[in-house]
Amino acid sequence: MTGQSLFSSAHDLSNALSGSAWVLLVLLGAYHGLNPAMGWLFALALGLQERSRAAVLRALPPIALGHAAAIAVAILFLRLLQGFLSWQVLKITFAGILIVMGGYLLFRARHPRGGGLRAGARDLFVWSFLMASAHGAGVMLTPVLLANPMPDMASRAINAGGSHPGAVLAAPVLVLAVVIHTASLLIVTAVLAIVLYETYDRFGLKILRHAWFNFDLLWAVALLIAGFITLAL
Amino acid sequence: MLLKADPTFYASPKLAMQAPKETLAYVAALNATGNGKPDAMVVVDVDPASKSFGQIVGHTDMPNAGDELHHFGWNACSSALCPYAAHPHVERRYLVVPGLRSSRIHIIDTKPDPRKPKIVKVIEPEDVAARTGYSRPHTIHCGPDGIYMSALGAPNGDGPGGIFALDHYTFEPLGRWEVERGPQYFGYDFAWHLGYDTAVSSEWGTPKMVEDGVNPELLLAGKYGHNLHFWDLRKRRHLQALDLGAEQQMVLELRPAHDPTKAYGFVGVVVSLKDLSSSIWLWHRSNGSWAIKKVIEIPAEPADPAQLPPLLQGFKAVAPLLSDINLSVDDRYLYASCWGTGEIRQYDVSDPFQPKQTGSVHLGGIVRRAAHPKNPKQPLNGGPQMVEVSRDGKRVYFTNSLYSAWDKQFYPDGIKGWMVKLDVGTNGGMTPDPKFFVDFGDLRSHQVRLEGGDASSDSYCYP
Repeated sequence: MTGQSLFSSAHDLSNALSGSAWVLLVLLGAYHGLNPAMGWLFALALGLQERSRAAVLRALPPIALGHAAAIAVAILFLRLLQGFLSWQVLKITFAGILIVMGGYLLFRARHPRGGGLRAGARDLFVWSFLMASAHGAGVMLTPVLLANPMPDMASRAINAGGSHPGAVLAAPVLVLAVVIHTASLLIVTAVLAIVLYETYDRFGLKILRHAWFNFDLLWAVALLIAGFITLAL
Repeated sequence: MLLKADPTFYASPKLAMQAPKETLAYVAALNATGNGKPDAMVVVDVDPASKSFGQIVGHTDMPNAGDELHHFGWNACSSALCPYAAHPHVERRYLVVPGLRSSRIHIIDTKPDPRKPKIVKVIEPEDVAARTGYSRPHTIHCGPDGIYMSALGAPNGDGPGGIFALDHYTFEPLGRWEVERGPQYFGYDFAWHLGYDTAVSSEWGTPKMVEDGVNPELLLAGKYGHNLHFWDLRKRRHLQALDLGAEQQMVLELRPAHDPTKAYGFVGVVVSLKDLSSSIWLWHRSNGSWAIKKVIEIPAEPADPAQLPPLLQGFKAVAPLLSDINLSVDDRYLYASCWGTGEIRQYDVSDPFQPKQTGSVHLGGIVRRAAHPKNPKQPLNGGPQMVEVSRDGKRVYFTNSLYSAWDKQFYPDGIKGWMVKLDVGTNGGMTPDPKFFVDFGDLRSHQVRLEGGDASSDSYCYP
């Protein structure tokens, strides 16, 4: 990290993550948003319980913030380890976490206890944080961050004598990564919750019976894939 | 683990009502003959298009004798779609079947062959006692975050009764549910309003008070349960007790509205000490707390003492002995089983505060012994007891035995088990299906669970 000014931060961003990495973060946000366990179903249920679209909308910010917090914790963890682990070790560590987590979710399905429909903003935030953390939503993003930097940045770092080229991403980059990912999640969550709320009287939730693919399975597989990709980086 | 949500899970009661018709019923069958043979889970064909319609097509013996199978339930149901703990890829597949007397819990697999249910796991009473501190498990509800069970009491036969849970995936008992039980001591049934994170529990008596039959001294002194308890379902704490009055003895079956936005339900009281009547009460939310009101009273019927069992002779009347109630999935019709008088009643409860009686069918009864149209000359013993309603609300099934020690007191000649089906009219009313009379012989039929769910098996998180 060189400068503190807005300009140089922006400069860092453009250098620190490739365009495809940003696209991946957005796609992963949308993917997380699609998972009923990440909040759209909860927002919908709260709206239906009160028969109020406002209740759907009220539920969205705490859900998004909880998700963002979980992502941030995972990224901070990565960042912390970057301080004293070589890129190779880091890569293997996160690949290991992803594969163990994916395997665990694949073979020992679980769901939280102690939830309820009388959930206020704080409950929703905590719930969303725990769901995202337990599902490894944040860890799933780490390969994207580890796969960088851009080639020119890498060469610069190598020229500077670093053994793990540019793996330490600038703080603003990481913040923006969390924001972009969460914004994408929020849009998908909001669209699903609101559209299903508005069409509820006509269609109900029939769609759940046919369309609710086993997301936990899909998710576990995604974690495993992310783990193996990380290994191959 | 399924790839898509279990198709028998319905987000809302409305969707559940559009479910396909049930083709099989599972019925707990008690062996009260004392011949050393076990109780059984029996499968009855309820598909009118089938050749074996109205016949027993499956029979699975329990591994031990003397369990006293009573109530049972599914491992998972529509509550699996609840948003905060969704797990819709767990199958509705296993029946959780406790012995009310033995405290042994059987996990019975209804797949791969639904007509040949298979016992896959047995939790011994010692394990239940060690893990939960409870015994005599009674009601089973598949909850959003676990399989909940109520229990009548402690392993030594005293109280308190309470609630415990089993893990959804391993069926291991997870320990006592209550964090703070307040004044609650007796246990029996429990239910919940998922939309309000509130649980309700009711009161019968401790195992010692019920296992040798109804104790007339305790009864006349008003010592059986007469309270309703409300609980914070998330914090697992007692919120409020509602006393129906000591003359209202045995507050049993709880039937909350299926619509999670509605905060009311019905509870049946077996007998009033004042006049032997039975009653149904409505609990409802009022100004932030829970209130209760009697909405139905079913009077006792005068009778010749010569026709009555010793327990009732002094009263010269037969008590209705309301033993079960059930609410259709659309919350429109309430069914009431009067085991003593041999009558099942139907009420329109569209306005829960003003029930209107819309149907009545007589079968069995202590005095009446009313026959079924299939064998009009054969008097029946026992009376309408465990009642179950199909998801679409068009068919009602019920059986005739209550609880072995109590069967003996009220039907001293011994109960022969049977199961019947009623067809419900479009605007209420019910008629027995003349082709459907299942004879259980020496076995005593108890709770009925319908394939794919029924009116008392599922709870919903969406209106």
